[in-house]
Amino acid sequence: MSGIVGWGSSVPKYRIKVEEIARQWGEDPESFKKGLMLREKSVPGPDQDTITISVEAARYALQRASYVDPGEIGAIYIGSESHPYAVKPSGVTVAEAIGMQPDFHTADLEFACKAGSQGMFLAWSLVDSGRMKYAFGIGADTSQGAPANALEYSASAGGAAFLFGREKVVAEVIETHSYATDTPDFWRREHEFYPQHGGRFTGEPAYFHHLLSCARIVMEKAGMKPSDFAYAVFHMPNGKFPMRAGKILGFKKEQIEPGWVVPILGNTYSGASPMGLAATLDIAKPGERILMVSFGSGAGSDGFVFETTSELPALQDKAPKLRAQLADDPIYLTYGQYAAFRGKIRV
Amino acid sequence: MTVARIWRERGRRYRLEAARCKGCGKVFFPGRLVCDKCGSREFEEIRLSDKGKILTYTVIRVPPPAHTYETPYAVAIVELEGGGRITAMVADCDPEKLEIGQNVRVVFRKISQDGEKGIKFYGYKVVPA
Repeated sequence: MSGIVGWGSSVPKYRIKVEEIARQWGEDPESFKKGLMLREKSVPGPDQDTITISVEAARYALQRASYVDPGEIGAIYIGSESHPYAVKPSGVTVAEAIGMQPDFHTADLEFACKAGSQGMFLAWSLVDSGRMKYAFGIGADTSQGAPANALEYSASAGGAAFLFGREKVVAEVIETHSYATDTPDFWRREHEFYPQHGGRFTGEPAYFHHLLSCARIVMEKAGMKPSDFAYAVFHMPNGKFPMRAGKILGFKKEQIEPGWVVPILGNTYSGASPMGLAATLDIAKPGERILMVSFGSGAGSDGFVFETTSELPALQDKAPKLRAQLADDPIYLTYGQYAAFRGKIRV
Repeated sequence: MTVARIWRERGRRYRLEAARCKGCGKVFFPGRLVCDKCGSREFEEIRLSDKGKILTYTVIRVPPPAHTYETPYAVAIVELEGGGRITAMVADCDPEKLEIGQNVRVVFRKISQDGEKGIKFYGYKVVPA
């Protein structure tokens, strides 16, 4: 058996409400709250980035799998579209901070919002093949949306880390599938600060085609149907898309809601579906199945079928749960503070 | 701070690596060559706890340029569980609401950066627990 042996999530303390962003641009907040099903989003502090968020999530994962010697972790893959450097790996800083150095393999991954699930796939594959005892897959982002763009209401910050192993597994990987085509729905050119997107083109030919295809294939490979799952986690660019995808596939709202953290978190890009999975593992019971399907613009999806084990409950309270972090006395920012924190204004 | 110094100090800045005197047990952060309590030159490497209490603090209102958007912020001396003291910025809080004796936990944060093109350096801060 191979799968997740420890998990952790990290979300910044700062938030901004949809009303505050809409007020700045003279927009109607209710249309965004209803249209995108978002209430507020997380904002990274001036001292937080993909590296610091990855460190905190990885430390929480190791707090849960406290028997693991970091020196036995053979690889760490960090998926993000906001790596702090264009040239200098995030993985080495995170690995040093958690004590993995110096015998490990690392790579910073990029594939829009599915970079995190790519890291999970690589980490699990290396562990499952017997190549290494443990490996980390992390998805984290401090995503940016241009001022007044629709993305500004959703682009947020956070991440989740998953440690894979073959013993004391809390969620076994039953099946995986990856699905990708050259679909240019969203991109950011080199040296550009904000991404560009294809508006409505990001929906049907991009998000829905790839995510639904991947979900159907991975369920078929596993010989399962929606009713075989206790939970489903789909990439969350807003609140509406994952709910609609679930409905098309035949999932009920109750299967999606535990991992549907986007209304009070925003879209954490590479961290989005991994954080939904982390929130689900926080509350799942042994013997339950979880379907997770990411989506990354460009475009593609990674699908995972997990089944939880009797090892899970003992680890759930050993580190802060995602929903507890979200509820823990958030600090609300004005648009001016938010703009300064995110480097949107320079003085 | 130079790139070489950031690299040299990463053990203590990233992982709170400290030294405990094998003669008398006194904890030093950062480590040193001779114990000022018993004169021993024998030390073992330890990692300090990530939990502690604020011994004292001050609020910075006129910051260096890199911390303009964090002002006002507090810098505290923190006594860690199991021994060892660190001086650290206090993040994610209103500095006016801090209290001496308050519980804090150590977190990994970006400390500063060398302008727009230079190195970013990371290390410890504390946040209210």
